[in-house]
Amino acid sequence: MSDHGTTHPNIASVEQRVAAIEAAFDERGMAPGEVISEFQHTVDEQWVPQNGARVVAKAWTDPEFRRRLLANGRDAVAELGLTLPRHHRHLVVLENTPTIQNVICCTLCSCTAFTIIGLPPDWYKDLEYRSRIVRQSRTVLREMGLDLPAEVEIRVWDTTADTRYLVLPVQPPETAGWPEERLAQIVTRDSMIGVARL
Amino acid sequence: MDGIHDLGGRQGFGAVRYSPNAGAFHAAWEVRVNALYALAVRRGIFNMDEYRHAIERMEPRHYLAASYYERSLTSLATLCVEKGILTREELERYAKGGFPLAAPSAPGRTNVGDRERFLPGDRVRVRSDCVPGHMRMPGYIRGKSGVVVSESPAYPFPDAHAHGVDAADEPTYDVRFDTRELWPDSSEAALVHVGVFQSYLERAG
Repeated sequence: MSDHGTTHPNIASVEQRVAAIEAAFDERGMAPGEVISEFQHTVDEQWVPQNGARVVAKAWTDPEFRRRLLANGRDAVAELGLTLPRHHRHLVVLENTPTIQNVICCTLCSCTAFTIIGLPPDWYKDLEYRSRIVRQSRTVLREMGLDLPAEVEIRVWDTTADTRYLVLPVQPPETAGWPEERLAQIVTRDSMIGVARL
Repeated sequence: MDGIHDLGGRQGFGAVRYSPNAGAFHAAWEVRVNALYALAVRRGIFNMDEYRHAIERMEPRHYLAASYYERSLTSLATLCVEKGILTREELERYAKGGFPLAAPSAPGRTNVGDRERFLPGDRVRVRSDCVPGHMRMPGYIRGKSGVVVSESPAYPFPDAHAHGVDAADEPTYDVRFDTRELWPDSSEAALVHVGVFQSYLERAG
């Protein structure tokens, strides 16, 4: 690593650097300690993939809701009490079919609909996924355990603006007739990113 | 800017280190970084475009070697110093060592003057713009043609919003590209949809 203008012979560890910002914020009365515990709570309790799973299960069981969800994702998820940050002005729901697989990525950073599907997993933010998924999607998905038949068309969605995406997976046929609550339990975060099928 | 962050389509990277149900965080300091930059955004110290741009301005070797949350940390510190909230000297004093920051910003730009409204089905080309500041046009679509699928609500224009430049909000177009046009002879068949700001697009003949 180059020195980026720092005159110090040794770069501080990341932990020391975070602590430094925290200390400086604290000195200015910005209460970083409180903010951090609140944030931890939000991540653990509110921004969870179970939100998206509820949306998917409802779309599977309620055709009218599915129609509204595909027409305007932001308004439809609000019916379930779910919100997106103000700057995420648009939620596009991408419907998988037996012959279409939608996959979400962000090649420029790591954007996701985190209030609906949870904060993105480590691999989503790694250089490998960001560089390769747009160009070698079939191989990358296969490496990740999703070996798609040749007739399945792959559609990759690069999250370059503040529009957010949610993949609506295909309902497994053996779950037909299950109640919504039970269906929600089988929907995984990775199926809503599009790198897994159910 | 054509920074190292613009990774889409770059070759040479290996297999994704995937595990089902992988976590977002792996250490307590990562949660703290995320909470602190969210606090700074909430207090209006900087916006998300400035935040993203400060990550892009990291020295390329630092960017590639840093973890995701080290990049967040570097952006947060850089912007707090640039905005006069903190000083680098105090950060290094508290950190008891060097605190690498991102390189200074170059000027931004406002919307292009001849923006056009497009409709689903329109064939469009991505302008061959190269700018020194922030932009949200991945390099792999520069100069390429695709088909408009839909229009989004208007968003702040990133090229301006990351630099404190005045600009009108503008929509993005969901443009569908074919990998065989993006990377002829060296890609796998697929459609790639990109949210492209109106200023980046022109009608294809």
